[in-house]
Amino acid sequence: MKPAHRRWLFLAGAAGLAAFYLWGLSGLPGFGNYPGPYGPAILRIAVAQTHATGVVSAVNFEYRGFDTVGEEFILFTAAVGMAIVLRTLRRERERSPVDEAKDRDAPPTSEAVRTVALLFTGPVVVVGWWLASHAQTNPSGGFQGGVVLATAFILIYLAGEFLTFRGFSPAHITDAVEAIGAGGFAAIGLAAVCLGLPYLYNFLPLGETPGAVSSSGTIALISFFVGLEVAAAFILIISEMLEQTLLIRSGGD
Amino acid sequence: MQIFPFIVVVWIVGAGLYGIVTSRDLIHQIICLIVVQSSTYVLLLGVGYVTGAVAPYFNDVPVHTPAVDPVVQALALTDVVVEAAVTALLLAIAIQAHKRFGTLDPHDLAEFKG
Repeated sequence: MKPAHRRWLFLAGAAGLAAFYLWGLSGLPGFGNYPGPYGPAILRIAVAQTHATGVVSAVNFEYRGFDTVGEEFILFTAAVGMAIVLRTLRRERERSPVDEAKDRDAPPTSEAVRTVALLFTGPVVVVGWWLASHAQTNPSGGFQGGVVLATAFILIYLAGEFLTFRGFSPAHITDAVEAIGAGGFAAIGLAAVCLGLPYLYNFLPLGETPGAVSSSGTIALISFFVGLEVAAAFILIISEMLEQTLLIRSGGD
Repeated sequence: MQIFPFIVVVWIVGAGLYGIVTSRDLIHQIICLIVVQSSTYVLLLGVGYVTGAVAPYFNDVPVHTPAVDPVVQALALTDVVVEAAVTALLLAIAIQAHKRFGTLDPHDLAEFKG
């Protein structure tokens, strides 16, 4: 199909979509007047029932916990799928990670980038763990904390070299951490089943004060495992991408 | 003003779809898909918004203060994670397509038929 034809076909379809969308909008409650049944119901009971003052985390790791297991496995599958799609093909070989041209100097990383990246690595790790371990009180949780933790490894890559990055995150360890994170979440659910309770039932003590770090039972524990899984998955995804540019060469090279 | 946020949603969808249809580069096309998906964040947060309500966090406010819907906010979080996963996988496929066919232009790729 010619590009001009494509565009006209798209515009015709978009006009239809817009018409149906506006028709659908006329039946929605206006912005700011949400009457839905689930949100208000959860807001009424969540804090008393889970002792988590962050109700979004309570929804994610408690009321919708089963969906979040699925969500976590989507990320797990994507990281695995990426490793399979980007495997070393028949015509390719992995370049030796040893410097092949010792007499030629590679342009060094600038001192400014190195210093800033190293300065930030420690605080970023702390912030990442803080986010992953405060799901029950803050707008945070394992997903956000895990991504921030993975950023610390990108800073190491920026400060040093790819091989240092690899040294800090060896594939067999990140693989294991990812599996522990994904499996830990599923195992917490199964532990409840072993106690004769429904899957992912919050069976741990909820703590005295709502909003304390030690409160909310399994919500905090699940968030911790999600943090491990997300951090490992993102490190795997990033190192797969970096390997493509830095180590994989086609056979002819 | 009652439906303005929802008009923004359909505008973002339209802009992203237009980019996908007219794109001449797979990476650009993937970014346009991200634009389309980001419309769902606006939609979810717009649907759950309650005028004059606080965020659903009760550290500093009494427990029964009116708050916006926490369910759609949790859905938006799911949405972000899935988007990151899908984007990573699509970028990996784009890398392999470029290796195999030496081009990222979807019009040229169509001629190879696998």
